[in-house]
Amino acid sequence: MNTPLHSRASDQDFSACDRAALLHELAGILPGTALLADPEDLKPYECDGLTAYRQMPFAVTLPENETQVVAVLKACHRHGVPVVARGAGTGLSGGATPVDGGVILSLARLKHILRIDPLARTAVVQPGVRNLAISEAAAPLGLYYAPDPSSQIACTIGGNVAENSGGVHCLKYGLTVHNILKLRVALIDGTVVEVGSDALDAPGYDLLAVLIGSEGMLAVVLEATVKLTPKPQIAKVVMASFDDMTRAGNAVADIIAAGIIPAGLEMMDKPATAAVEDFVHAGYDLEAEAILLAESDGTPEEVEEEIAAMKAVLEQAGARELRVSQSEAERLKFWAGRKAAFPAVGRITPDYLCMDGTIPRKHLAHVLIRIGELAQQYGLRCANVFHAGDGNLHPLIMFDANVPGEVERATEFGARILELSVDVGGTITGEHGVGIEKVGQMCVQFSPEELAAFHALKAAFDPQGLLNPGKAVPTPRRCSEYRLTGSARETK
Amino acid sequence: MSDLSEQFIERIKSANAPLCIRGSGSKDFHGNTPRGDVLETAGHTGIVAYEPTELFITARCGTPLAEIEAALNEKGQCLPFEPPRFAADSTVGGMVAAGLSGPRRASAGSVRDYVLGVKLIDGQARELAFGGQVMKNVAGYDVSRLIAGSLGTLGLITAVSLKVLPQPVAETTLRFEMNQGEALDQLNRWAGQPLPIVASCWENGVLTLRLAGARAAVEAAQLKLGAGETAPDGFWNDLRDQRLPFFAVETLWRLSVPSLAPRLDLPGEQLIEWGGALRWLSSDAAPETIRAAAAAVGGSATLYRAPPGLKAQVGTFAPLSAPLMTLHRNLKVAFDPQGIFNPGRMYPDF
Repeated sequence: MNTPLHSRASDQDFSACDRAALLHELAGILPGTALLADPEDLKPYECDGLTAYRQMPFAVTLPENETQVVAVLKACHRHGVPVVARGAGTGLSGGATPVDGGVILSLARLKHILRIDPLARTAVVQPGVRNLAISEAAAPLGLYYAPDPSSQIACTIGGNVAENSGGVHCLKYGLTVHNILKLRVALIDGTVVEVGSDALDAPGYDLLAVLIGSEGMLAVVLEATVKLTPKPQIAKVVMASFDDMTRAGNAVADIIAAGIIPAGLEMMDKPATAAVEDFVHAGYDLEAEAILLAESDGTPEEVEEEIAAMKAVLEQAGARELRVSQSEAERLKFWAGRKAAFPAVGRITPDYLCMDGTIPRKHLAHVLIRIGELAQQYGLRCANVFHAGDGNLHPLIMFDANVPGEVERATEFGARILELSVDVGGTITGEHGVGIEKVGQMCVQFSPEELAAFHALKAAFDPQGLLNPGKAVPTPRRCSEYRLTGSARETK
Repeated sequence: MSDLSEQFIERIKSANAPLCIRGSGSKDFHGNTPRGDVLETAGHTGIVAYEPTELFITARCGTPLAEIEAALNEKGQCLPFEPPRFAADSTVGGMVAAGLSGPRRASAGSVRDYVLGVKLIDGQARELAFGGQVMKNVAGYDVSRLIAGSLGTLGLITAVSLKVLPQPVAETTLRFEMNQGEALDQLNRWAGQPLPIVASCWENGVLTLRLAGARAAVEAAQLKLGAGETAPDGFWNDLRDQRLPFFAVETLWRLSVPSLAPRLDLPGEQLIEWGGALRWLSSDAAPETIRAAAAAVGGSATLYRAPPGLKAQVGTFAPLSAPLMTLHRNLKVAFDPQGIFNPGRMYPDF
């Protein structure tokens, strides 16, 4: 990418701190291989999954245990240097984008599954453990970790906690916040606190709720106790195709109205279907305006009953084609395209931006028509994949960063989609987080008083504002800029 | 339907003494003894929005829970966490503030798990909205779930949006005779299997199980578990609303513990819910003994119902660690800098 957007992440001024002294101190805390300060070594850390924004950190630390994490935090705190925690760096909103002059605290080396308790159905894991690794380790016990973000092969549980990650099964199994029992976290001054409990509730405020999804701005995860779910005996999926979006949207509402909560309920529009079919050859109906995937899981009896009910509803709703997976292999094939939607779109365009608004489902057709109009207006293509069950829409805006002006056009197009999501009663982010990407649109979704309350909440945990500063919650100054220019971003 | 937000704002603006936020008063017993001038919320009523196919309902804080459940029932939906209804006029605002969940909690989740958004008036009389009506929403800190169970100490909840779900298609109740140890062991083993067990209750040598879900799943599970006997009609509602004779005692402890915790050797009677994770204890044992027993297994003991004197003496909730207490005080200051809302209701410190 030729013209990365500069992340002027924070309004705070951290220039006065003594970085040489900090570096010296960090070298005393960490083994040689766990401290990076050469520009060449820092380069891989200049961005996360939101590659359009880049910023070199001052140093990268890769502690290997809790003692080192705490020592790094204490040292940075003493010197007043900002800290950005990082897991696998797969986040799509720039939550792990470095802060100018700040330290990256990578948790990647804390990657041990500490224990799995089959009877309690819990696992205690370090923050750098990959999401999928938990399910793999629990599989022999007939258990798994339910939230399944599409980056689950690579993304870490620490990052999932920071973003309150979802996935394609959250309608039935919940988000990260519904699947974490306890966290051991470090505050910026190195204080270690345990929140939540091995029991189902704990006295006091529900700090778990506020830490999960806090985008690394309140505390650093040291250990997570996650809930494991019994693996369903069987799962089947119905694939239905529709001639128009409105009909497909209504079909989703009909399934819910029939009292069914599918394990997964996903939709793709025509451009998305074309991109993925080319990639995975799943046999999708390429003539359809929308493809709907509805999954049922549970006991064989339960699944039979639910699949039959969903088929009837979808037929009634005017599906043009209906197929039920006849084997596990076929079920995975039906899902393959949906799961590979992002890389599939990545193949047909040099760059893309993935948006993440949630909308009340009933506005789906309106929102998609409007997105189509915006695509024409900005002269860019857009494919849509949709967690239809919970209203979380991922428009993938395709562009070429080497064409002058396209990054800016794509970014603006994205901003308009997010504003549209708020207009219809939704939110700017369903599961990817605000990060730096959507910090401007926070000014659209929240009032100055609400933003002030967020800042006060942040200060309750981190009074100096050293943890991931400038992310997620805009300052009043940023919001005035956003309102004036329609963009809170600065291009270099 | 009536909207009293403006009155609330005026009242909070002009408050020069602590306020005690009160819906129907059905949970006056919960937490430490209320103090301050009563701010009645029961007049701020009405279901503002209910969209069955979007799976959410939004209601003003004073709306009776009964009204909400009636509306849901009409569309075959429910609040799966089954909040206890202590009185016919219990309000939805009180339900969220108290954060208490009922029999299905272990399988369906808690009140906070179903909170999608709140509107609240903070200590500076600012009307704030957090979360929303959609299920997936990670914009900003999750204040709405923080508010659940905060006992009105962070602000006056004026409206809430809750996720709702369809009622189970089929439901049945089974009864088995077994002692406490056997019941705990069995419940934990069943919970690791894909069985539609949605609630459980052990008391006095009898384990009652509730199965719910797809008809075929319930029937298959019933065969697998062995027929058992059925329980009297209304048993689960009596448990939910704490109307079983067990609950009619002066001093009642609520022990929230890991479900695997062994039988707690404490004097008095126990009733066990949530697959072993909730143990009600009617006991005159020393509070420190009870708190220590709960803490020893990784849980905590709440002095749920007690004469005011005892609550004042030992506090309703188990004490927090020093760093946690600091975070609590900081959060209280962030939302209610003058300390006007429900002082001392949760902890005497704030």
